[in-house]
Amino acid sequence: MAFSLTSEQSAELEQIVARYPVKQAACIPLLHLCQRANGNWISDEVILFVAEQLNLSPSHVTGVVSFYSLLNEKPPGKHQVWVCRTLSCALRGSEAILKHCEKRLGIKSGETTSDGNVTLRTAECLASCGSAPMLQIDEKYHENLTVERLDTLLESLRSEPKGTP
Amino acid sequence: MLNRTDLIIKSQDRTDGQSISEYIAAGGYGAAEKAFSMPREAVVNEVKAAHIRGRGGAGFDCGIKWGFMPQPGARPHYLVVNADEGEPGTFKDRKIMEQNPHLLIEGCIIGCYAIGAHACYIYVRHELHLAKERLWTAIEQAKDKGYLGKHPFGKSYPVDIWVHTGAGAYICGEETALLNSLEGKRGEPRLKPPFPAQAGAFDCPTSVNNVETVAAVTLALRSGGDAFSRMSLLHEFNDGGVRLFGVSGHVKRPGIYEAAVGLTLRELIYDLGGGILDDRPMIGVIPGGSSCPILLPSEIVDVPGDRRFEPFNGKSVLDLPMGVDTFRSIGTMLGTCCAIVLSDAADPVLACRNLMQFYKHESCGQCTPCREGCGWLDRLLEKIVAGTATMNELNLASEVASNIAGNTICAFGDGAAGPMLAFVQKFRASFEDYIQSGGSKQTRRLAL
Ligand SMILES: Cc1cc2nc3c(=O)[nH]c(=O)nc-3n(C[C@H](O)[C@H](O)[C@H](O)COP(=O)(O)O)c2cc1C
Ligand code: SF4
Ligand code: FES
Repeated sequence: MAFSLTSEQSAELEQIVARYPVKQAACIPLLHLCQRANGNWISDEVILFVAEQLNLSPSHVTGVVSFYSLLNEKPPGKHQVWVCRTLSCALRGSEAILKHCEKRLGIKSGETTSDGNVTLRTAECLASCGSAPMLQIDEKYHENLTVERLDTLLESLRSEPKGTP
Repeated sequence: MLNRTDLIIKSQDRTDGQSISEYIAAGGYGAAEKAFSMPREAVVNEVKAAHIRGRGGAGFDCGIKWGFMPQPGARPHYLVVNADEGEPGTFKDRKIMEQNPHLLIEGCIIGCYAIGAHACYIYVRHELHLAKERLWTAIEQAKDKGYLGKHPFGKSYPVDIWVHTGAGAYICGEETALLNSLEGKRGEPRLKPPFPAQAGAFDCPTSVNNVETVAAVTLALRSGGDAFSRMSLLHEFNDGGVRLFGVSGHVKRPGIYEAAVGLTLRELIYDLGGGILDDRPMIGVIPGGSSCPILLPSEIVDVPGDRRFEPFNGKSVLDLPMGVDTFRSIGTMLGTCCAIVLSDAADPVLACRNLMQFYKHESCGQCTPCREGCGWLDRLLEKIVAGTATMNELNLASEVASNIAGNTICAFGDGAAGPMLAFVQKFRASFEDYIQSGGSKQTRRLAL
């Protein structure tokens, strides 16, 4: 089925395009908008939609999508968890945080739980090094983690239908 | 000398950020109003007198950069603020955007006027959702007050500011990659020249400046450029004002601290950072983000032939004031001024490997030496840590790193090679121990 936006989302699209002297500059903001509207991933239909809206070739849009790690080429789980693995976090125990996530969720980094609820990934430095170790769940940072707090966080993902949008 | 200030992040301990009314009550937007009553060139001169060295990593003087912008003509000019904060160990710009967004917005208004631009894009790293939200709110509030829009401060000089966002790629922090990304392309760095001042965003004259640099412009206009510069202990080095210092890793009180330029690493780590966790010895400190070569506490300042270094020669590098030129002179870089501290619990070989995994992951792949070299270094380090590498392969690692440096389109290559070379040179015995005995003398861990 072809991808489309609600009228509210279309209004947002108009606003985005109006910010730039050329339409192409709206490409990444529009991909974010569509990704949110499409269950957090960029399907072929989304690519065609964005290309048509901005008068770009689908191959240009595909090239952009493949470049950026936060544009998902496959559907992720309902919740996305990113554990920062870079040096400041590693010095404060990010490895143990990641291992604990893997154990609790029963998956390896890069995988999604079989019920489709959680995708676990590592991230490179998330600009939160002074409150390491940390991770991001959907749009929210969780800092100064301990294994106990991590358990509560992971538990809340299970019971809640959907976290912050 | 430790000289703490609270000009950049007054609301440091407040989680809700500062409201526009509080900001205005404390003199906020007075600097922009003042700037709008001055000729454009006079504003640039004020910024030049402030000696604001770029806070994004390269340390280029902001006033000089703005002086490179051509006279406003037929083509529009753009101000692009670099808020892609991604250099490992760096977490200062986020603090400004979340806790004092109006300081940045005011700087953007001044900056647009100074460089002849009517539009400013703040390119914020996508993950920083709270920062984006605070900036959009601040922009709306400034618009309501009439500081932005068609007639800021009653002058018919329209200014618009928009938040733009990336999508997860460290390389987009490099200014020309950022411009490609802003234009809706893959974030690959461009060959220079042309420099952004000639052909930047949308092929028009553009200045790309870091968040903290632009925030400092507000302070410089508020106090006067020269007075701002003189707050620094390195005014003599043309390195002016106050700035944010970050410290993370094995310290008791990691965080962002604001102080006059010229703070020493010892003050940052021991006075502000509270010293090393468990009072252990420190084995090294990466002074300003991962791309800066690591320093050992045993290293001594030795810069002959420059009178300004006389007070510091013979002292530990930990007692050298942190400045763009002072740190360049001792073979490292000040970078983003956010230090990563390693205690003796940390295995330097594993720390090196952690960073090289980052560079391998983030290379954009355009240049062969960088793409292949970063991958090669990662594989060599994997072998070293596994205890299966030979001494020849250790030397090869340094050779590979040397071949990346200077042979690439952008400074990412140097940023990967520098730390690798420094780790191998300064912790050679630890690397050799992995080769000879599988790392039996090493801690084999990073966390305490
Ligand atoms: C690989 C790489 C990554 C960079 N990342 C950032 C960044 O995240 N933020 C930033 O302000 N500058 C970053 N820079 C520096 C920018 O290219 C540019 O020098 C800076 O934005 C200019 O602003 P300034 O003069 O105010 O520092 C990076 C440079 C390189 C080579
Ligand atoms: S040096 Fe590396 S990151 Fe920079 S352009 Fe070349 S391949 Fe890309
Ligand atoms: S290293 Fe984890 S947030 Fe910077």
